[in-house]
Amino acid sequence: MKKWLKYAKPYTKYFIIGPLCMIVEVIGEIVMPKLYSVIVGHAEDHLHAGQPGSVWYVAGIAGLMILTAVLMMLGGVGGAYFGAKASVNFASDLRLDVYRKVQKFSFANIDKFQTGSLITRLTNDVTQLQNFVNMLLRMFLRAPGMLIGALIMAISLSPRLATVLAVAIPILVLLLLFVVRVGFPRFNKMQGKIDALNNTVGENLTNIRVVKSFVREDHENEKFGAANNDLRSAGLAAMNVMIFVQPIMMLVMNLTSLAVVYFGGKMVVFDDLAIQDFSAFLTYITQILMSLMMVTMLFMITSRAMASAGRISEVLDEKIDLDDKDAKYPARKVERGEVEFKHVGFRYYKNSEDEVLSDISFKINAGETLGIIGGTGSGKTTLVSLIPRLYDADSGEVLVDGVNVRDYSLYELREGIGMVLQKNLLFSGTVAENLRWGDENADDAAMRQAAEYAQADDFVSNFSDGYDHGIERGGANVSGGQKQRLCIARALLKKPKILILDDSTSAVDTATEAKIREAFRTDLAGSTKIIIAQRVTSVMDADRILVLEDGKIAGLGTHDELMQSCEEYKEIYTLQTESKGASDNG
Amino acid sequence: MAKRTLENLQKQYSSSASSQPSNKGPRMPGPGGPGRGPGGPRGAMPTAKPKGDTKKVVARLLSYIGSYKYLLVLAFVFLILSTLAGTAASYLLRPIVNALVDSSRTVDERLAYIMRVVLTLLAVYGVQVVMQYAQAKIMLTISQNAMAKLRRDLFAKIQRLPVKFFDNESHGEIMSRFTNDVDNVATMFDSTLTSLVSGALTLIATLAVMCYTNIWLTLITLAFLPVYIFGGGAISKRSRKYYVAQQAALGAVNGYIEESVSGQKVIKVFNHEDTCVDEFELLNNDLREKQVGAQFFGGIMGPIMGNVGQVSYAMTAGIGGILCIARGFDIGGLTIFVNYARQFARPINEISMQMSTIFAALAGAERVFNVLDRPEEEPDRENASDMPDMQGYVKLDDVSFGYVPEKTILKHISLYAKPGQKIAFVGSTGAGKTTVTNLLNRFYDIDSGEITIDGVNVRDIKRDVLRRNIAMVLQDTHLFTGTIRENIRYGRPDATDDEVIAAAKTASAHSFIMRLEHGYDTVITGDGANLSQGQRQLLNIARAALSKAPILVLDEATSSVDTRTERHIEHGMDRLMANRTTFVIAHRLSTVRNANAIMVLEHGEIIERGTHEELLAKRGRYYELYTGKKELD
Repeated sequence: MKKWLKYAKPYTKYFIIGPLCMIVEVIGEIVMPKLYSVIVGHAEDHLHAGQPGSVWYVAGIAGLMILTAVLMMLGGVGGAYFGAKASVNFASDLRLDVYRKVQKFSFANIDKFQTGSLITRLTNDVTQLQNFVNMLLRMFLRAPGMLIGALIMAISLSPRLATVLAVAIPILVLLLLFVVRVGFPRFNKMQGKIDALNNTVGENLTNIRVVKSFVREDHENEKFGAANNDLRSAGLAAMNVMIFVQPIMMLVMNLTSLAVVYFGGKMVVFDDLAIQDFSAFLTYITQILMSLMMVTMLFMITSRAMASAGRISEVLDEKIDLDDKDAKYPARKVERGEVEFKHVGFRYYKNSEDEVLSDISFKINAGETLGIIGGTGSGKTTLVSLIPRLYDADSGEVLVDGVNVRDYSLYELREGIGMVLQKNLLFSGTVAENLRWGDENADDAAMRQAAEYAQADDFVSNFSDGYDHGIERGGANVSGGQKQRLCIARALLKKPKILILDDSTSAVDTATEAKIREAFRTDLAGSTKIIIAQRVTSVMDADRILVLEDGKIAGLGTHDELMQSCEEYKEIYTLQTESKGASDNG
Repeated sequence: MAKRTLENLQKQYSSSASSQPSNKGPRMPGPGGPGRGPGGPRGAMPTAKPKGDTKKVVARLLSYIGSYKYLLVLAFVFLILSTLAGTAASYLLRPIVNALVDSSRTVDERLAYIMRVVLTLLAVYGVQVVMQYAQAKIMLTISQNAMAKLRRDLFAKIQRLPVKFFDNESHGEIMSRFTNDVDNVATMFDSTLTSLVSGALTLIATLAVMCYTNIWLTLITLAFLPVYIFGGGAISKRSRKYYVAQQAALGAVNGYIEESVSGQKVIKVFNHEDTCVDEFELLNNDLREKQVGAQFFGGIMGPIMGNVGQVSYAMTAGIGGILCIARGFDIGGLTIFVNYARQFARPINEISMQMSTIFAALAGAERVFNVLDRPEEEPDRENASDMPDMQGYVKLDDVSFGYVPEKTILKHISLYAKPGQKIAFVGSTGAGKTTVTNLLNRFYDIDSGEITIDGVNVRDIKRDVLRRNIAMVLQDTHLFTGTIRENIRYGRPDATDDEVIAAAKTASAHSFIMRLEHGYDTVITGDGANLSQGQRQLLNIARAALSKAPILVLDEATSSVDTRTERHIEHGMDRLMANRTTFVIAHRLSTVRNANAIMVLEHGEIIERGTHEELLAKRGRYYELYTGKKELD
């Protein structure tokens, strides 16, 4: 609770004035029927008791009623204004804070939540909470206030007649419970069917080529038909509860008024109840029943908002599992680019037995090129992730320039390392804007230089608007190879002391890739380069090659050395380069 | 990248606003009951007016409920009866109140009279509740069935659309046709139409009763009509303006969140967190500003309209009271009149609110119909062949093709493959390799030239026959939710379990499948997320292996399989390709070396062709590709 109050605090006055405005409206709501009954009483006395009636008296009361109505309107508008102010500001601050928190997330935190769910929490759940706060300020005093106010008025008018409520209210409560117990689960089930239908459609769309090439359209139609029918049945089941309960509720409310009319009428006839009180009582009864329904609605909204609040809490309360608070040299920069692993072990799931990396030890001198090769799942990506502390090693040490990576500030450490991730992304914006992620102050010449090294300058220059060419979200409008080259250029612009390429040229053709490697060798001689590749040709000319197998080092050395000593390497090399014997020329 | 300005950010991210699928929960009954609900944005939705010919859209929509003509008429009869019953019930309070205060009659007479009216009321309420339920039930059934049919039509249509359609439309857009758009139409059918009719009817009936009761008081109530209409109009106009601005700002914020959270890892690697927070704050504050306006104007509609009703109530009470004193107007008449005056605003509000839902529904319907009207895959020609015994002799003769008419992707491609031969395509990204294979099975139709199989033009072969005879393993690995067995069997539902296992063995998938907890019955979810990319590719290959098609297309079929596994499946692949005409696209040149002919594609043209040895000897582009490194030495 404290956590949420924090976001309300700067806007305390809105949070107080808003409900106060609503109280004005509630009081008006209670006062109006009372004032009206005064007019009825006056008219009745004149018509049937033969007392002289005063037009001015009636007009005065009516004026009071109009005044009340105007005050109510002001209250309502004020409530809307302060409610909007309070809820929007609350939600905006909350959204910003959640976003800030996500920015602090480590890779492990991100993996845990998964992108899609983080996005929903930031967008949908925050909006839900915002609506809830708005509702809270405007309704939470109003509905119970009306209920209590009208109840007091009704009982004070005639306690005897109010016993009708003792029958009506439990029945209504039972009906509402029925909706909650039977209706809500059915609505949830319907939501499930909507999701299922969406999944079927989504899968069909992604797989449309498979569907067409295997001529399975009929099968897909059948599958969809089943999901569609399920949704229809679930929808009918859920809505049936509603269309059943709604008329019955109306009926209960109407019957309650009818009972009041009958029993109250009797009381009027026997002069136990004044006619004006009778008519006021009828109005209050309606108000009580209406506000009762409103209260249940509030319960429903609250329960949904609580679910959202829970999901947001999870993000806000998530412990960042990797920080630089204990760094010994927070101001230190990466200067040479020497990398050393000492008996490093790592596992993603801390309680699992299997190590993804175990006992990794090696050293790369500044300016050297290290190639890393190995099968899928052998731990290549994990290994390089430890250098910029995307994850922390579980045992052993990772050193950069002889200093444990944990002793750098995260900012300085990552500033010194250029990394091209395997699953890389460009962002909406121009090519230039994207490249300047590496160095926001880089001039055009430096930017072009980096693009040239990455063999991206040629095709960028071919765009009609060159470096101002717009990139669509995720880099959707450039080819895979072009995207990879832009990502490399972006990393190069950082002028990193250590450059890490994680399978970053897989979509680049061999000739272009060779040119990139050549640029690395001549123009980036000062940087340490670590290159993960599938193709053995990509790493053959590295100073040293590290062969990974099931998280362990299977070989480390130059190409020639490995060809002598490392069976795994030899096998990979042979597979990829040697001819498979005479090809059939038929 | 330096921090961008707000204008710049808005430009880049607002466009994504429209495609933002609104995450609507299940349709719950709104806060309908109480005189005025929370007055949320519901009443203030912008009226997204449908563009095209509204009449046609409506006519077409009606065709979906046309088969329920008689039920519909029945529902409307019920609706009219229940509305009239409601008005009658509220009128009956008048004689009761009058009888209560009628001192000219004895107590017993009055009680008997009240009893009679109460019993009448009971009957009226009884009729009302039955009619209401029957009407709602009919409309619900009709709308749910009509929507199920609309969705089914839409889905079936999508199955018949050419692949080109899917290149141009985002999945999110198509998906929102199924959910948001159809949902809007459903809302219109099961609640909007009826509330519209009952609102209008209530208005007319109430007005009639009011005129009958007292013409002067009616005039007072009517005097408020312009206030409702113009006041409401003015507020909703303002609120619409703010609402649109809010949606644009919200779209920008959501777009930014989506992109940056998806790229979170890149952001961390580039120390870009602070810039992102700064940019986000700009957008967030912009949203904050716009949202206060939108929420405020959306929120005042209820209080203002409701309290104008209260003013009208007060005026009626005052004038009515004066009429009682000065003209002897009856108390019962006054009682029902003040109720009418207070509630007069409700049907007007309801109608104006429903108008925006109707516009939303029509716009949604139009988007759905727009898809339904797209041209389908060209129907089979009249004498299209069944090709009962296809051999797999494939020939491309001077084929040219472009996805869009202005841009030719493939230029004058000619090649042939005899039954059982293996043809490989190599070349850089975008050279047109995948495109060639997509022409064989007529995912796209060529612009000029001719493609024949066993001498028959592919356009003269029945499309399903053609596609059944070409087994494809596509670049992207696509699996369906279901068991592994079902996935492998996808191409040939009648295959036996033994055949499935044999196919899995051919693709070297058997051993890893057996290691899974439930073996072949392991359920794959979410496009196979619980399998590695390489394993998914193996399943794709198994799926093709099960097929008996004489032609096989392997488009980067093993790109994610590591080299050692690839070697293990080599024999399987050889078996798979034996006796089939095979087209192979591979990045790894090692996989294409033993092809009968290798085509080197560049910018949509075959620039070299021949066997591996011939091409190496030629020292041309293939040689460069193959020995990229050595050449630079």
